Amino acid sequence: MSEAKLVIRNGRVIDPAAGLDAVRDVYLEAGRVAAVGENLDVPAATEVFDASGMIVAPGFIDMHVHLREPGFEYAESIETGARAAAAGGFTSVCCMPNTLPVNDSATVTSYIIERAKQKSVVNVYPIGAITKGSLGEELASIGAMVKAGAVAISDDGRPVMNSRVMRRAMELAKGHGIPVIDHCEDLNLSAGGDMHEGEISVRRGLRGIPAAAEDVMVARDILLAEVTGARYHVAHISTHHAVAMVAFAKKRGIKVSCEATPHHFVLTDCDTVAYDSNFKMKPPLRGKQDVSAVLEGLVDGTVEVIATDHAPHAGSEKMQEFERCPFGITGLETAIGITLEQLVHPGKLTLRKMIELYTTGPARVLGLDRGTLTVGAHGDVTLFDTATPWTYDVNKTQSKSKNSPFHGHTYTGGPVATVVSGRIVWRR
Amino acid sequence: MTTALDGLRAGLLGIEDLSRTEIEAILRRAKEFQQQQAPGKKSDALRGHMVVLLFFESSTRTRTSFEIAAKRLGADSVSISVAASSVSKGESLVDTLNTLAAMRPDAIVMRHAASGAPHFLARHLPIPIINAGDGTHEHPTQALLDAMTILDHRTSLEGLKVAIIGDIAHSRVARSNVHLLAKFGAEVVLCGPPTLLPTELGLLAKGVKLTYRMDEAIRDADVIMMLRVQLERQFETTFPAGEYFGFYGLRQEHVALAKPDVIVMHPGPINRGRELSSEVADSQQSVILNQVENGVFVRMAVLERVFS
Repeated sequence: MSEAKLVIRNGRVIDPAAGLDAVRDVYLEAGRVAAVGENLDVPAATEVFDASGMIVAPGFIDMHVHLREPGFEYAESIETGARAAAAGGFTSVCCMPNTLPVNDSATVTSYIIERAKQKSVVNVYPIGAITKGSLGEELASIGAMVKAGAVAISDDGRPVMNSRVMRRAMELAKGHGIPVIDHCEDLNLSAGGDMHEGEISVRRGLRGIPAAAEDVMVARDILLAEVTGARYHVAHISTHHAVAMVAFAKKRGIKVSCEATPHHFVLTDCDTVAYDSNFKMKPPLRGKQDVSAVLEGLVDGTVEVIATDHAPHAGSEKMQEFERCPFGITGLETAIGITLEQLVHPGKLTLRKMIELYTTGPARVLGLDRGTLTVGAHGDVTLFDTATPWTYDVNKTQSKSKNSPFHGHTYTGGPVATVVSGRIVWRR
Repeated sequence: MTTALDGLRAGLLGIEDLSRTEIEAILRRAKEFQQQQAPGKKSDALRGHMVVLLFFESSTRTRTSFEIAAKRLGADSVSISVAASSVSKGESLVDTLNTLAAMRPDAIVMRHAASGAPHFLARHLPIPIINAGDGTHEHPTQALLDAMTILDHRTSLEGLKVAIIGDIAHSRVARSNVHLLAKFGAEVVLCGPPTLLPTELGLLAKGVKLTYRMDEAIRDADVIMMLRVQLERQFETTFPAGEYFGFYGLRQEHVALAKPDVIVMHPGPINRGRELSSEVADSQQSVILNQVENGVFVRMAVLERVFS
């Protein structure tokens, strides 16, 4: 398989890390980028992909997904989640540790990596838990997980409430050279909440999750990051105060970064369909001011990463009373379409900047040797177009789950083909 | 897009989606029932129709009221309460509903502790759903019977000052009443402790005011609506123990601040000495039993319209 040769001809190659934006051929051999140039001469047995009119970018990295394996294979598996990633134009994903058992040990980390080797069409990087069982009390086997291949730690979904434990985790993470990713939510402030606290939640008689639940934790974590010198990353940032605090911390030289999800920069609480669980996630869809701040953060560089927080849930889990439904929506397959629609087509972001948010951004946060198409780099390529209209049909998803609020949405431009280690793993 | 009329044809999920015309039609018909009907007399207007009363939360007056309304119109009714159903055996809401739907009822009257549960049901079942109270969202027939009761004592809702006092945050009765009263140009003043009175309530409808002071809410009021403190819906301490009645309990001295012909209402069940003093509950201004009586007429009108 590593002998496969592929040339991607005549695409517009945008490789921000190399400062390249030009029509070029990309030749991949033995899983690596072997040459980038014009009218490349390639060996006879080379597969040719005509990318005329398409964008050829370094493989996109989604640093925040839930693959649900081990433990919740009824909702997603490493195999199906990876296929959904490929169909969304992603060549690498980082999977959160809230599996069953929780990925809080080298055993689970190794299991995920082994399963991915057998079943996944994309690269899978596990994220380890901060605390045992993500219960917020005892530290997980952080060092052993890092040795086994974990690229970061996070108690995603069940944030560490104990500030002392968080501080120690940051100190250890610093020692191992990995970032700490926090799902910022003060669980006391958010308790019982089902959607953003505001006019809409009051009108629908739903308990609210105040923006302050996120703000309080972002503030705490930034202070701890300053004390410890750790690299700290805010997952799925959603409030205007949180964006402002991250910008402030960066200015002070604190090692802080943050990601935004497509749904948090395209939908507000006003856009939610009443009691439709496909609009229920954490953090919840916020107010207009928050969405504007996230958009501005993406434009001015405060937000360095777009991640999907792909969170599949089986139909039966979502077919209940709104307040009983679990939080989370799928997102891998719609990310590029939404980003083009919301950021690139209106002129808020250049294509180059968009590609950075999906490549060099996450690669830098996690210290991955990916995100570029320079010679010798991993042969991961994302091909997409910016002009062809297509409609997202959740019934045709590669994921096992269909909990997306974007079903039936039409986008202009989207993924065309995905290449991992020099092989085409998905094409439209 | 669904219109208000579609909303009613599909059942009755809330007051917010109803038009003034729809509400007036229901109230007019309820008034006719009030005037015509000798107690206990049955018609056969809905003969052959089966109404399932599906109560996931305990209720005495609302369920009985719907049951009597259905019977007076000649409909058959079956009442299912949560304790007696398979829900307590872990059956999901959607399976319960599918099971019920297979028995082909003509309408379902539903009470549920989750806001939006009847909306969920309405999305998945092709029969009319009547909301008999969903979580902290709406209780449309309560607002209709409240309006009917007010109109027994006033000629119009327009320009009336209505003080709604108590645990507004957790009250579906308050939300439905706000929507209804605002549609008819009443001035609604919501009053309660700040922990039970989120400021966003002021955005529910036009003409809604908020105050934390009882005297301000009640001064010159035409109607005082007291709400029950919904301890079962509070997940946290919202008021220091033992302080509630002192600040937000209705006493005779408050009633004296209102218009001389003020009426005092309460959706029941009342907690004497908690939301209102016994003296007020039994006073001439109290129309609480009048509300209960009107509940039957309003529910007859709603059932009749759902089947028409």
